[in-house]
Amino acid sequence: MCGIVGLFAKHPQVSEQLGSHIAGMLAQMGERGPDSAGVAIYSDEGDGQKLCFRCQSAQHAEQLMALLSKQLSEVQTRRVARHVVCQTNNPESVLALITTAAPDATLMSSGERMVIFKEAQHPSDFIQDHGFSAMSGSHALGHTRMATESAVTTAGSHPFSTGPDLCLVHNGSLSNHNRLRRLLQRRGVNIQTENDSEVAAGYLSYRMQQGDTLTQALEASLEDLDGFYTFAVGSRDGFAVLRDPIACKPAVLAETEHWVAMASEFRALEQLPGIEHANVWEPEPARVYSWDKNGAVQ
Amino acid sequence: MTSFDLTDGVRSLNQHLQQPHDAATQITAVNAKGKHAVAVGATQLHNITIDGNVGYYCGGMNQHAHIHVKGHAGPGLAENIMSGSVRVTGNAAQYCAASGHGGSVVIEGNASARCGVSMKGVDIVVRGDVGHMSAFMGQSGTLVVCGNAGDALGDSIYEARLYVRGTVKSLGADCVEKDMRAEHKEQLRALLQGAGIDDLAVDEFRRYGSARQLYHFDVDNASAY
Amino acid sequence: MTDTSWMRESATFTRPVIAEIERAARTGIYDIRGFGARRCVPCFDDLLLLGASMSRYPLEGYRESCRTDVVLGSRFASKPLHLDIPITIAGMSFGALSAQAKEALGRGASMAGTSTTTGDGGMTAEERGQSKHLVYQYLPSRYGMNPDDLRKADAIEIVVGQGAKPGGGGMLLGQKISERVAHMRNLPEGIDQRSACRHPDWTGPDDLEIKIQELREITNWEKPIYVKIGASRPFYDVTLAVKAGADVVVVDGMQGGTAATQEVFIEHVGIPTLPAVRQAVEALQELDMHRTVQLIVSGGIRSGADVAKALAMGADAVSIGTAALIALGDNNAEHEEEYNKLGTSAGFYDDYQDGADPAGINTQDPELAARLDPVEAGKRLSNYLKVLTLETQTLARACGKSNVNNLEPEDLVALTIEAAAMAGVPLAGTQWIPGQNPL
Repeated sequence: MCGIVGLFAKHPQVSEQLGSHIAGMLAQMGERGPDSAGVAIYSDEGDGQKLCFRCQSAQHAEQLMALLSKQLSEVQTRRVARHVVCQTNNPESVLALITTAAPDATLMSSGERMVIFKEAQHPSDFIQDHGFSAMSGSHALGHTRMATESAVTTAGSHPFSTGPDLCLVHNGSLSNHNRLRRLLQRRGVNIQTENDSEVAAGYLSYRMQQGDTLTQALEASLEDLDGFYTFAVGSRDGFAVLRDPIACKPAVLAETEHWVAMASEFRALEQLPGIEHANVWEPEPARVYSWDKNGAVQ
Repeated sequence: MTSFDLTDGVRSLNQHLQQPHDAATQITAVNAKGKHAVAVGATQLHNITIDGNVGYYCGGMNQHAHIHVKGHAGPGLAENIMSGSVRVTGNAAQYCAASGHGGSVVIEGNASARCGVSMKGVDIVVRGDVGHMSAFMGQSGTLVVCGNAGDALGDSIYEARLYVRGTVKSLGADCVEKDMRAEHKEQLRALLQGAGIDDLAVDEFRRYGSARQLYHFDVDNASAY
Repeated sequence: MTDTSWMRESATFTRPVIAEIERAARTGIYDIRGFGARRCVPCFDDLLLLGASMSRYPLEGYRESCRTDVVLGSRFASKPLHLDIPITIAGMSFGALSAQAKEALGRGASMAGTSTTTGDGGMTAEERGQSKHLVYQYLPSRYGMNPDDLRKADAIEIVVGQGAKPGGGGMLLGQKISERVAHMRNLPEGIDQRSACRHPDWTGPDDLEIKIQELREITNWEKPIYVKIGASRPFYDVTLAVKAGADVVVVDGMQGGTAATQEVFIEHVGIPTLPAVRQAVEALQELDMHRTVQLIVSGGIRSGADVAKALAMGADAVSIGTAALIALGDNNAEHEEEYNKLGTSAGFYDDYQDGADPAGINTQDPELAARLDPVEAGKRLSNYLKVLTLETQTLARACGKSNVNNLEPEDLVALTIEAAAMAGVPLAGTQWIPGQNPL
């Protein structure tokens, strides 16, 4: 199954160290999720939109960067392992170029603030290869995967994004995702894999497109999604946590003046600064907990 | 006083707790840092203090030993405890004392969902609240809740006894409030005393237990399931 | 006598179906019974072994030995089980069975050099006393679970489910909750036990990994840990069991027996043993864990032919439940009169849940239970196990194997398209495996 972690910074010091902290938390979840890992980081670095592409190899990534610098010099790029993070005011032209000139590169994420990195590798290797200690930001989500019914591929890894600045990580197993996938696909939602978690992400995107707030979409999911789940969802300005009504999959939340964190197991939170004094609790079933830059959302 | 640093794992502590000894010893374990299976399977009388937070199953299948966790505990604390005691100064996550056969478990903070699930004789005292489905399928033993209880308290309960001081969000199938007679107050008094709680009066508690309507399947009760 | 020769029975509403609807209307409760699935499903009978001819040479039956021993649990445990034969006795509870029956199983298995398994309700002294190798089941109900018995066991079997009812829990009705059973399970005497279908303190393979670690810590990393699943999605389940740290995986197909389950559950949930074995082996091979994590299969194993075919498909061992009880004397014709009084006949009896078994096996009634002599019944079981072993060896030798574990899928062909697709072996006389290669 999986391990999930999330961290929201309330204080600049935590923000600066965000990458280190999320990597440390992720490392503790490697046993419950050895197959693949992924992290979504939200930050204000750079102007315009962020697009993150994953290439077939580090070399391909370098080639992609060269291509972009030649054809679209406005775009700022940086390489993180096999990923290329683009900062641009003209995302459509980047997408158009890559679709034709580098079709093997997969779009991992798009949005004003969100960047997603994923690989089908053991979490400790993932952490080593992606240099998280250099990254900062306002909030981040992470996921380690033990695949249940779908394949162990990068595409099948979390976080799943089915909309700009929106991503989801999931610990558990949905039981009605197949029918829901077909329904969402008929309504125009782009779902690429057989993975149940991607269906949940697609569902939330769809509801938000229809006008729901994130909290409303999550509350609706309690009716429409069946199975066992702890969800952590990242949005442009914050993150939210929800457990299904039966609440068997583990989840623990902790909060100090400087941060809010969630994890599948407490030991992931142990190395956060000030944990000794943190308020620690288990989220109640069927209740949306969310935070954004204005504080806890009631 | 023997000390164990759990940084390198729980093996040496657990092995020590399963070795025969002549006399009870004081043991401290440090750097638990949320590790799993801390102090499990003890077979000897020892007094063990764990400095820090523990992960899953701390004190699992405990016999005779007295374990004191100075921190929070993860899921399945003292699962299947046979005898002895486990005390936690912080909160306990779900499945606390699951299937416990005997001994006592005291939570000074809150316990989460399914506290006492499938309990088989253990005595549990929670100073704070308990979450939903607590004492689910509780067969025997006692659960004392000084705070509030969540949804579906005592669902499908057999003969376990529940005492709650605060509110009960809802009762589970076949669980009903029962009257508190002298012998119940006596029992509750002893349990509170054993847990070191002396500022609460037994009269403030209410008793809950099985209505015994589901002991034999009857189609007219089918909606209870 | 009415002339029925011209009457046409509905294939949809057959007489048994009509009788069941009438029973439901009368009682308002679902039908509960014992035994396994009665309907015909593709099974080992649809496979044949290819004996030696010109391209392969057989082994002589006497001088040239054919090994049958197996080691179970070598992955992490310091004390794996060494069994003389690759056939074990499946988990069956004291409560469902009488103490005498459990003792007989222990005696028979020990004589044959193999293991028995406890069931829901815990370990009895009789069984531990008689079984040379005892596997202790760790079930959702946790009745009678305690660390002393855990340490007395030779292996631990974490039960996620069983073939008769994948997704269901144990069931025992009041008439079998005798004083002793009630005491062991911590229940009031005479009530209907409720089923727990999930473990109380873990959910999912990610938690299971932590639970297995805890059990190893409690038993000093000595005992092999088995994970038993009812065959449903065995490819994923075996993969997850391995990832969670199991030493042995036990896969029980839908033909697997039960002491008491709803009829609809037995007949309509789970997949047959045949495709379950193939999927389980594929999962192990994909993880490169075949033979490192051992696979035991059960659910309708009846003869040495079934054993040989299961091994050929990649199992390390098989487990028998229903067959073992029949060897002890279940459904024996000597009780025909009593079966008739119960409205049934020898070979048809499956109301184990009533606790009125004339053979004295599936009961807690002291008079009935006394009918089974554990020593004599144990001998019968041992004889049967011996025959299973000899048959397996005969077939293995005929295929040129000096070790029954060397039987492989290429020694098999299928008689039907379904069996060929399910087992992943060619249709006899062709190269065709439906779904895998063109005709």
